[in-house]
Amino acid sequence: MTRQLAGQEIAAALKGVFPEALTDVGASDVTVRGEDILDVCRHMHDAPALAFDYLVSLNAVDWIDSFEVVYQLVSIQYNHKAVLRTRAYGREAPVLPSVSSVWRGANLQEREVYDLMGVRFEGHPNMRRIFLWEGFEGHPLRKDFLLQRP
Amino acid sequence: MTLKTEPIIVNIGPQHPSTHGVFRLRILFDGEVIHDVEPVFGYLHRGSEKLAEERTYTQIVTLTDRLDYLAAMSNNLSYCLSVEKLMGIEAPERAKYIRTIMAELMRISSHLMGLGFFLQDLGAFATPLMYMFREREKIMDLFEMASGARITYTYMRPGGVNDDLPPEFMPALRKFADEMPGYIDEYERLLRENEILITRTKGVGVLPRDLAINGSLSGPALRASGVPWDLRKADPYEVYSRVQFDLPVGQIGDNYDRFLVRLEEMRQSLRIVRQCMQQMPAGPFRADLPMLLRPPKGDAYAHVEGPKGELGFYLVSDGSISPYRCAIRAPSFINLSLLKEMLVGWKIADMITIVGSLDFNMGEVDR
Amino acid sequence: MAVSALATGCQPPGFFDGQNLWHEWVVNFFPRIGDSICRGMGGHADGGPPNWLIYLVLGFLGSLIVVNIAALGVPFVVLLERKLLGRFQNRIGPNRVGPFGLLQPVADALKLMTKEDITPAAADKIVFALAPLAFAIPIILMFAPIPWADHASLANLDIGILWVIAVTTAAEAGIFMAGWSSNNKYSLFGAMRAVALLVSYEIPLVLSLLGVVLLAGTLNLSEIVLDQRFAPNILWQPLGFFVFIIAVSAELNRAPFDQLEAESELVSGFHTEYSGMKWAMVQLGEYAALIGFSAIIATLFLSGWKGPLWIPGYIWLVTKMAFILCAFIWVRATIPRMRIDQIMAFGWKFLLPLSIINIFATAAEVIAFPDALPYWLIPINIAFAGACVVGMAKLLGFQPKTRKIVIPGRPVIGDDTPGRIVPLMRGGN
Repeated sequence: MTRQLAGQEIAAALKGVFPEALTDVGASDVTVRGEDILDVCRHMHDAPALAFDYLVSLNAVDWIDSFEVVYQLVSIQYNHKAVLRTRAYGREAPVLPSVSSVWRGANLQEREVYDLMGVRFEGHPNMRRIFLWEGFEGHPLRKDFLLQRP
Repeated sequence: MTLKTEPIIVNIGPQHPSTHGVFRLRILFDGEVIHDVEPVFGYLHRGSEKLAEERTYTQIVTLTDRLDYLAAMSNNLSYCLSVEKLMGIEAPERAKYIRTIMAELMRISSHLMGLGFFLQDLGAFATPLMYMFREREKIMDLFEMASGARITYTYMRPGGVNDDLPPEFMPALRKFADEMPGYIDEYERLLRENEILITRTKGVGVLPRDLAINGSLSGPALRASGVPWDLRKADPYEVYSRVQFDLPVGQIGDNYDRFLVRLEEMRQSLRIVRQCMQQMPAGPFRADLPMLLRPPKGDAYAHVEGPKGELGFYLVSDGSISPYRCAIRAPSFINLSLLKEMLVGWKIADMITIVGSLDFNMGEVDR
Repeated sequence: MAVSALATGCQPPGFFDGQNLWHEWVVNFFPRIGDSICRGMGGHADGGPPNWLIYLVLGFLGSLIVVNIAALGVPFVVLLERKLLGRFQNRIGPNRVGPFGLLQPVADALKLMTKEDITPAAADKIVFALAPLAFAIPIILMFAPIPWADHASLANLDIGILWVIAVTTAAEAGIFMAGWSSNNKYSLFGAMRAVALLVSYEIPLVLSLLGVVLLAGTLNLSEIVLDQRFAPNILWQPLGFFVFIIAVSAELNRAPFDQLEAESELVSGFHTEYSGMKWAMVQLGEYAALIGFSAIIATLFLSGWKGPLWIPGYIWLVTKMAFILCAFIWVRATIPRMRIDQIMAFGWKFLLPLSIINIFATAAEVIAFPDALPYWLIPINIAFAGACVVGMAKLLGFQPKTRKIVIPGRPVIGDDTPGRIVPLMRGGN
């Protein structure tokens, strides 16, 4: 079985390197401050004890007050997995650093999150809409997106 | 005399015989050689994730059918596992075996289509494709017995399956499992050693191991690159921990490896099906659940090894009858992450085969 | 040069003369028609119409027959191909129109005639309209020197082979015109491939024919058939046949060399933008070339209209053509397509040396046995051809047996159950 790293384990591994990055430690996940997510991800990818070389998925949830982006990570080397969360605030232009320089697999997924949820990823090589056309108004997966315009 | 040459941009798709749906590639060609690639998605975007937020948990099963319409059972399974994980329940034993059988038959069917269209892209003028349609028909007949439908099954439910297997299913399945290895051998004999196939696929579209991992590829495309990563082994769900099967793994990750991995996986799937048939217990086929599911607040991510790769559903529940968020990890979509790296430097003909060997499905890519 | 060799039928053929008129009519159908028309017009008599008029009428009539063989044969070859492909692919094929789908060609033709003829707005309209003609007409011209029976060719050219090669090469201009004028990038790719591929394959095509020409000592197709009175040329020229049939299938854009249209890559290649009757003309040209070249193959290598039984020559020829057509369709149904650079490499590195070897070997045989080649040369020739093909393939790095490579197994990640990694057996190369 793939071992799910507990939040405390991840926190212990990250505490020494990023003492201020973690805002919340859950049972099986940790929440990382938005501006630190790239550094944390790079550390989790590179650190030999963690070796999260595989980004399973990257998706976002609209919690009205903020956008939560969830990173499902897996280490193929050790067969363990971890869940990272981070939050982007503001409804106009929520911004997070892009992790596509760490995992290329994030490239399309970040574009999808931008297209449908409106979270912009800084440092992404091609931050454009992916499914909808340029000029589409709004981001449909947001909770305040009206399905039928009045 | 100096020749003036200029690169040209060609749109491959969305209407094109071998783009597997409505995929579009904007390609910068210098002569026949690809210099730059930009995939364009979205022609089949239906907003499944948004639709899911408006449906009850049981209704969403029908939406999952329409993701990868060549592998609807695997989609159902992944979604149902995710809901079960969210609710903290498990399906009864018999349902688990039924689901495993269905998922493996679906894998065979999807690989048949993948290989057939791959060979079609190579220019083998539909003969292998038609052979493979012949066996897919048999699988679809089996599914029709169980679920009443041939493409969009909606067979599985959170907590089990919709209905028990009809009595004629098992003999038919046994007959199929006996016949199928011969057919797989037939495909191999038809083309595997063909010199043209070998020169067209060997060393073409090589995806190195580390790049494949970094690009989040999954499924046969990842295993062909030499990564023995299969969720059925790595993170067993349903009854995969109780059956024996081997994991075909490629060596260098070229088109030929992807071709061989799919061929071999069909055999292994048959092995699993046969073991499941022997082990299958009697008993209930569905957990006793209310009509309207109200999972507790929280989130869950469950994944299966679908025919195209890791298929996962990330569900967030707010305690109501429909999910707050239903995010789909679509393997076809993410497998296209490295398209540019794989295509640049190859010719048009190779482009078609490389895209074909990835075996994606636009219903799942665009969702 | 006489326009019509049917006029040569005015001299009655030697055997059967006056014995069995009906049988003679069947066997010598083509010359007899010419003969009777000639007589009906009062030829060979004083005070009849002038010879040029007879030649003109006969020429027109002969052309009518031969052009209709090409034009009406095409739909039925298409039907044959669709039926056979259906059978190869576990399907039935067309069976809705008429008994066994036999009226499908008629339905196809009606559909094509009534279809809208679209010219793209950005196309070069004149060239676009002319291209199908420039493609189809030379192909039909190629039927002129084919001997359908004894003394029954439309034009008994002394340079028959040269004529066939020349007019079919001229058709490539039509392909290029079509691809260029469509103003479509797929068409352009198809046209560029056409120029590269067809011009390259002309060389082995012509060189492989030289062996036959050396044996017969003439370029005249009728003479070449008559020269094969002991055994068909395929036995004397196995290597030449091998090279020729491959080069022909490249010339005809047939699988595995159908790079010009490459359905899965270039949609339809050079005729992507064509529709209606223009498209029908392109199809006509392609399939007429298929029929024509199968007649040429039968004539040059399978002793043409000659056969061991007393069956009319044209039936022998059509039977042999049908076999060759079926073989082409079989190959199309089975083999994947090659890549353009592989095709070019195959033509230049493999076929060209083989065809040159063939010329020298044939020349040596002809010098050694100036009168007639002895029969014991046949097995030697076949063995020689096989050795050349295999040797050349080995020289270019083909390994017929699969080399089994086994890599040490890595542990399966998270393996809780028995089971192992199967390293896949990759072949050689």
